[in-house]
Amino acid sequence: MRLLLVLLCLMAALPARAERVVAGLSQTQVAINTSFSGSEILIFGAVRREAPLPEGALHVVVTVAGPSGPVTVRRKARRFGIWVNTEAVVIDAAPSFYAVASTVPLAQALSQDEDMRHKVSIPRAIRATGTAAQAADSENFIEALVRIRSRVGLYQVLPGEVALTEDTLFRTSIALPANLTEGDYRTRIFLTRDGAVIDAFETAIAVRKVGLERWTYMLAHERPLVYGLLSLAIAVAAGWGASAAFRLIRG
Amino acid sequence: MQIYLPIAEVSVNAFLLLGMGGLVGVLSGMFGIGGGFLMTPLLFFIGIPPAVAVATEAAQIVASSFSGVLAHLRRKTVDIRMGTVLMIGGLVGAGIGIAIFNMLRQMGQVDLLVKLCYVVFLGIIGALMFMESLRAIRRSRSGKTAPRRRQRTWIHALPFKMKFRTSGLYISVIPPLAVGALVGILAAIMGVGGGFIMVPAMIYLLGMPTKVVVGTSLFQIIFVTAFATLLHATTNFTVDLGLAVLLLIGGVIGAQIGARIGVAMKAEQLRILLSLLVLVVCGKLALDLLLQPAEIYSLSAGKF
Repeated sequence: MRLLLVLLCLMAALPARAERVVAGLSQTQVAINTSFSGSEILIFGAVRREAPLPEGALHVVVTVAGPSGPVTVRRKARRFGIWVNTEAVVIDAAPSFYAVASTVPLAQALSQDEDMRHKVSIPRAIRATGTAAQAADSENFIEALVRIRSRVGLYQVLPGEVALTEDTLFRTSIALPANLTEGDYRTRIFLTRDGAVIDAFETAIAVRKVGLERWTYMLAHERPLVYGLLSLAIAVAAGWGASAAFRLIRG
Repeated sequence: MQIYLPIAEVSVNAFLLLGMGGLVGVLSGMFGIGGGFLMTPLLFFIGIPPAVAVATEAAQIVASSFSGVLAHLRRKTVDIRMGTVLMIGGLVGAGIGIAIFNMLRQMGQVDLLVKLCYVVFLGIIGALMFMESLRAIRRSRSGKTAPRRRQRTWIHALPFKMKFRTSGLYISVIPPLAVGALVGILAAIMGVGGGFIMVPAMIYLLGMPTKVVVGTSLFQIIFVTAFATLLHATTNFTVDLGLAVLLLIGGVIGAQIGARIGVAMKAEQLRILLSLLVLVVCGKLALDLLLQPAEIYSLSAGKF
């Protein structure tokens, strides 16, 4: 009896597993060098199917998330005639970069429950627990965070930007802006049907400083005194050099 | 040509930075100022994080002051003894300033403090300089020479007197120490050398002859800003070498050109121009505080 139940369950689950996502990225590494001015990542793939095409429209949702960290959002108010920071809300973890692209607007591609479970939309990707205690209208602070980061291209909502051909091949491109931080950028691809996730694929894009950028950054953090002295040496040398060069020109 | 700054973690146009360095350099050479009070707000404006802007500007001021002080040393217009006394005060002040800076950063009020400092000091100094130079121009037009008076004030009654031969002064070390400390605090908080406060204080408060004032001010600024750079580099990791190099290449070249222009102009004209410049920067910052900002929310990484 129990065996039959298990078999039934398996059979019920089978159609869901009948479609799987196979994906690739144009690059899995982004090197931040001196001339770095943003990068375009092409994410593409196909749906592998072992059964005939089921009912319902198939949708693809792609997310790319930068490393998360705490963020303090402050609000100004007028005090004594000038604008001063008065209230602050600390958000536990917000991704430094977040892009979500989909074949149709996200609300159509994904149900609320699935969004909650997989943390796909921007408000879900931000972990803001315990903010209600910090301000009466803490949701305004979270909105402000999304608004400010969206304005500089750090948060992107791209409905309709994933192209799906013949319910099989999909592709999208995500623009990484120039003001990028280092870290592993978690990339996820969801296949959805009727708002439910039927398969997911996850990989990471390694964003790293290289060459001179890396050397400078490491020196500044690991040998700050040496770095400080080096800065001063360069400053003094430049000051002396300019003075000497101009004397030479005049003389 | 875009360039990615390793510490600021933003990408900016290299020629824009060179140009800004050059422009501020010309002004700094013309007026004998460090130019930090112009450069730091400019850096905020192009999107450099404030902490990086303040720290990196300190490194750039070291370069432009060093370039300037060499010229003054050759002309023997540096009072090294006075400079050393001011510097001792300045180093203590810079230490206090960094402590205040870090404390207010945790309270989220550092922007307000920096802007208020700018508005108050630039406003006072700009207005005083403007009125003073207007009076001087009127006097020179009417053909009368300014009456030179040297009064004995309360400053001459203080103990611990010391002889400053280059300046021709015999005064107590307390006022220079206090002036140095005050400027040191402001240098650390505002990311400026403080020349625009130091120079008037030396002339009007300490009674130093005008010809040694600029050189001596530059001399002590080198040490105070070098100290501030080291403190920022070791405690906050916010000195951006890439940014500093670009700014100072533009800056040192501009400063030399500015110094030539400065020589060709009359002192009163220079002073009135500088005072107008100071008042414009002050007015811009005052408006920022008084008008409702387009975005009343601001972000900062971390749990400050």
